[in-house]
Order: sequence, then C-alpha cells, then structure tokens
Amino acid sequence: MQIELNGKPHPLPDGATLDQLIAGLSLAGKAVAVAVNRQVVPSAQWPARALAEADKVDVVRAIGGG
Amino acid sequence: MNMNDAPLLIEDKGLTIAGKTYRSRLLVGSGKYKDLDETRAATVASGAEIITVAIRRVNIGQDPNAPSLLDAVPPSEFTILPNTAGCYNAADAVYTLQLARELLGGHKLVKLEVLGDEKTLFPNMPETLKAAETLVKDGFDVMVYCSDDPIQARMLEDLGVAAVMPLASLIGSGMGILNPWNLSLIIEQARVPVLVDAGVGTASDAAIAMELGCDGVLMNTAIAGARDPIRMARAMKLAVEAGREAFLAGRIPRKFAASPSSPMAGRVA
Repeated sequence: MQIELNGKPHPLPDGATLDQLIAGLSLAGKAVAVAVNRQVVPSAQWPARALAEADKVDVVRAIGGG
Repeated sequence: MNMNDAPLLIEDKGLTIAGKTYRSRLLVGSGKYKDLDETRAATVASGAEIITVAIRRVNIGQDPNAPSLLDAVPPSEFTILPNTAGCYNAADAVYTLQLARELLGGHKLVKLEVLGDEKTLFPNMPETLKAAETLVKDGFDVMVYCSDDPIQARMLEDLGVAAVMPLASLIGSGMGILNPWNLSLIIEQARVPVLVDAGVGTASDAAIAMELGCDGVLMNTAIAGARDPIRMARAMKLAVEAGREAFLAGRIPRKFAASPSSPMAGRVA
C-alpha cells in the first residue's frame, strides 16, 4: 500500500502499524511526535495503530525557531 | 550602619507565567544560530530559562542519529516553549501545538503565533483569537504573539491566555520599540504578564521595554544575528535586568529645565 508520509508518497507493506513505520525510519526512541490524518497518536498507541492506504502521516520534531 | 553595607534591595519577585515563577525575564528563541553549540552557548549566556522551539516535519532519510536541538537545550534544563511560527491559520496552529504537546510529554506551556502575511509577519488577530480560544479550552497555557492593540490584548486576556506578547516592531526587523504608548496602554490594563515579542534590535531596546513596565522580553534574531551572538546574549541579559531595576526604582520625571546636582551654598567662587 502507499501512504503519504510528511507530504510525500511512501510505500508500506499492507497492514503495517505506526510502530513498524517509525522503526523502519530508525526513529524509534527519538524525540518525535506522530499524527495520522491530523489526529495525534500517542507513542503508547503506535503498536496497535494499523495504517491504511492513503493515510496521511506527519512525523515531527523540535528544531531551532523563534 | 556600617558604610560598607549596601542597603538591602527588595528582590524582584520574578516572572510568574501560568503558576510557575522564573528568575529571568528574558525569553529567547533558538532559531538562526550557526550550529547547536552556538545555540547552547548563547542560551546559557542569556540566562534565559524559557526557550522557544519550532515544530517541523522530520526530513525522511536524514541521519536519525544526528544531534538534535533538544539534546543541546534539554527540557531537563530549560522550559521549552514550542511555537507555531509559520502558521497562517488557527487550524494549523492548533494542530502544531497538539503535536508539540505529545512531543514534549504532555507539556502545556506554548507560544501561539498566527501570521497574516509573509511580508510583514504581522499577526492575523481573528485567527489568533480563534486558535487561542480552542487551545485554552483544550488545557494549554497559551502565550500569544499579538498586535500592539490594547483591545485585542484584552480580548485575549478574556479568553484566558497565560500571557500577551505584543510586537514592538516587525519580527526580525531590529527596529526597536516603535510605539511605547500602545505598549503602555496594554501594560496598564493587563492582568496577565505582558512580554514584548519581536522587534528588539539591541540592548537599549530591551531596557526600554522593561522600563515601560513589561514583564519580560522575548527575542531571537537580535541575539542570533549579532556579530558575536554569545556576547549579545549577555548584553540582553544585563539590559533586561537593568531595565527592570530602573522600572522598580522609578525614573525621575522629564522636565525641560536644568537642575544643578551640586549645592549652591559654600562655593568658593
């Protein structure tokens, strides 16, 4: 299936969970926050959160800014 | 009294925002530094306890082990103030801060800014008010970048924001305190802290803001863009302290007449 990750198409195996997506990006344990279709998903819920075709996922972090 | 004893000054009670008291009245941004070492060094030199950060999408494919901002200025050491810089409507701003709250482990203190256009970076006040209302209802402590309009500031206060932060001049412009009279009107009526956010260019600007009675000053470019950011950070720390002391001390009134500092009696002339 294909999801949209940070605004760009991203292929994923069917039925992949949010946890698997984050691990695949080597971001497990990093200071990031995640939302699916603009709903924030707390990290404790990542393993149970299956992704679906065309889901829009945002993965964000803190960077320098005023 | 021993002549060497300095008289006891009443200590500044500090800046209380959403129930927490900070010694420093200077808040700093973390943008525009050349690297994370400089970010940290300038932040430490400024004495600031609250530091703003931006929330952005991770660059997919970038080294996930590269040092991150929160390693340089960790939440264990500083109060992190996530902002909504770059948001042009209420929905995006609220979404950004919901992500920030999750990122920072349930952290509630945030800086709201909803911009009007790219040329001026002036706040879009209708969208700012809308976002502030949603965020307050959702339990956030919201510090709000706003226009220097006392009516808009009062509307924000009535919504229950934690602080109002009028611009002194355009973001990043370094033009200083352009309308001290409007700031004074906002300060006079305010029941929440008033911080100047945006426009400070150099130390005297920060001192003027504090002398007017502002509770604090938030700045980024004035420090990060200086030739020597770490030195400017220290200058700003001293300026904010000096301005606060002058405000508490109470300045002499301006009058268009001279008044000699030395007594007239006993002159040899």
